[in-house]
Amino acid sequence: MSILSTSAPRLSGIGLDLWWIPRAAVLGLLAFVIFGPLANLALWAVAERWYFPHALPLDYGFSYWARVFSPRGNAMESLANSVFVAMLTVIVATALAIPAGYALARLKLPFRAVILLAFLIPQAFPNLPVYVNVARLFYQIGLNGTIAGVVLVHVTHGLVYAVWITTAAFAAVDEELEQAARSVGASALRAFRDVTLPLAAPGLLASAIFVFLESLDEFTGSYFVGAPDVNLLPLLLYTSSAGGNYQVASITALLLLIPSIAFMLVVERFLKSDVLSKVGH
Amino acid sequence: MPKNLLGLFLVLPALAVVVLLFVVPLGASVVGAFVTGDGYGLGNFTKAFELYTSDVIFTVVIVSLSTVLIGLFSVAIGGYLTLGENPRAVAILRWLYRWPLFIPFIVVGQVLRTFLAKNGLMNNVLVAGGIITPLQAISFLDWRGIVIAFVWKQTPFVTLLVAGAMASVDRGTIEAARNLGASRLRILIEILVPQVAATLTVGLVLSFVTMMSVLSVPLMINAQSPTMLTADIAFRINAYGDYGVANALGLISLGVTACVAWFYLRHSMKEKT
Repeated sequence: MSILSTSAPRLSGIGLDLWWIPRAAVLGLLAFVIFGPLANLALWAVAERWYFPHALPLDYGFSYWARVFSPRGNAMESLANSVFVAMLTVIVATALAIPAGYALARLKLPFRAVILLAFLIPQAFPNLPVYVNVARLFYQIGLNGTIAGVVLVHVTHGLVYAVWITTAAFAAVDEELEQAARSVGASALRAFRDVTLPLAAPGLLASAIFVFLESLDEFTGSYFVGAPDVNLLPLLLYTSSAGGNYQVASITALLLLIPSIAFMLVVERFLKSDVLSKVGH
Repeated sequence: MPKNLLGLFLVLPALAVVVLLFVVPLGASVVGAFVTGDGYGLGNFTKAFELYTSDVIFTVVIVSLSTVLIGLFSVAIGGYLTLGENPRAVAILRWLYRWPLFIPFIVVGQVLRTFLAKNGLMNNVLVAGGIITPLQAISFLDWRGIVIAFVWKQTPFVTLLVAGAMASVDRGTIEAARNLGASRLRILIEILVPQVAATLTVGLVLSFVTMMSVLSVPLMINAQSPTMLTADIAFRINAYGDYGVANALGLISLGVTACVAWFYLRHSMKEKT
């Protein structure tokens, strides 16, 4: 290994870096492993006819898209439901997380570390047995199969991101700015509303996007609490795939993919390192 | 003291949601595992082990194997990101590795279901490239498919944590070792990995728990027997409304997770003392 790595600079010295051969091979393999499955999904989404043993679809077209997006198609209903549930989840989770995050960042709390950890519980235990029992509980009080029930499950699941990121966002705001506002006569509430909240806004937006995506993509909870009354995109994806309709499943998967990948590409713009370094502290 | 109370008052609503909608049902699932037709007993566990022992072993093996592979790949990628000497290759890798990060499990299931199938794109490319003949094409939609799905989805997450931790390791030590003639592989194994061991373990434990509770991947890729416990739980509920055995299976998967958490806690305690 050491002989190989010392020979590299010498080769590049004569203008030819032979190390690009193994590098390109490994990176190319990795690219195939990552983008191959995604390319397959894209092909299925525009394939009209595709069966064994043909390597590529026989016909391309958008007739399945027209079917999915027709006003009577259940995909539109699922999409509307999913976005509605995700927005409600963001509203509820943010309303719970802002006071909690502010208290955890600024006020002296007894058992602060324990409280912060408590929000991790929903991620730290296998959640399937929990959803099964939530569904049973909701069934008794009439929340099963309602939008409200699904929103509550998604809120619980997303609360760890909401509270942790919100806490970090408030902690990253300079406390002296708030004190300055107070010393020129602003009330505590006004100082919070006019100074701290706007400064923490990018972090809060990041937390909202996280919660939105978590809700949009959540399958297990929706499967037990929502189905079959509340149709959501992940449930539609599952039923169409189980029914062998790969075109509709792939189109639904693409709808779920686009926001996730868009967020992956811009996440660093919202979550600056000053906030990121404070997450979980 | 009033300020303490105000703080608690502000945290309380959020905390109440977690307690009421997660901790209470978790307790209900633990208690429910012991409720049988005639009072409390171990009947559900007898039945669960009678029917699903092979699935318990299958689940533990699959998730453990995936965890090991995720650990290896994330250390390899993180190591190259930290020690790689070619800025262009490092930049390409950094751009490449995290694509699956935010892709939902259900989509991963669908994507790999079509990719790994006997007539999926993977086999088609291998056949077209002359690497295998059409007769040699096999479907990967069994335990291998589940492992591939887990590793594909979770490696970027652990790599993100590990690469972050590796970046904050003191460069001076690495440079010193380099000047003394240590190879990059040796620096990775003997300097970087021990220093990021805590972060790596946290990432792997979180991944282990996540994989133990994913329902969509086993449902989409391999729902035949043997399968994962999550698929069995869903089947008990949907087909029989059998909450007793479902909760017993849930408690078994909780026990497996607890073992992992216990090893982790014991290890981190040892390091602190």
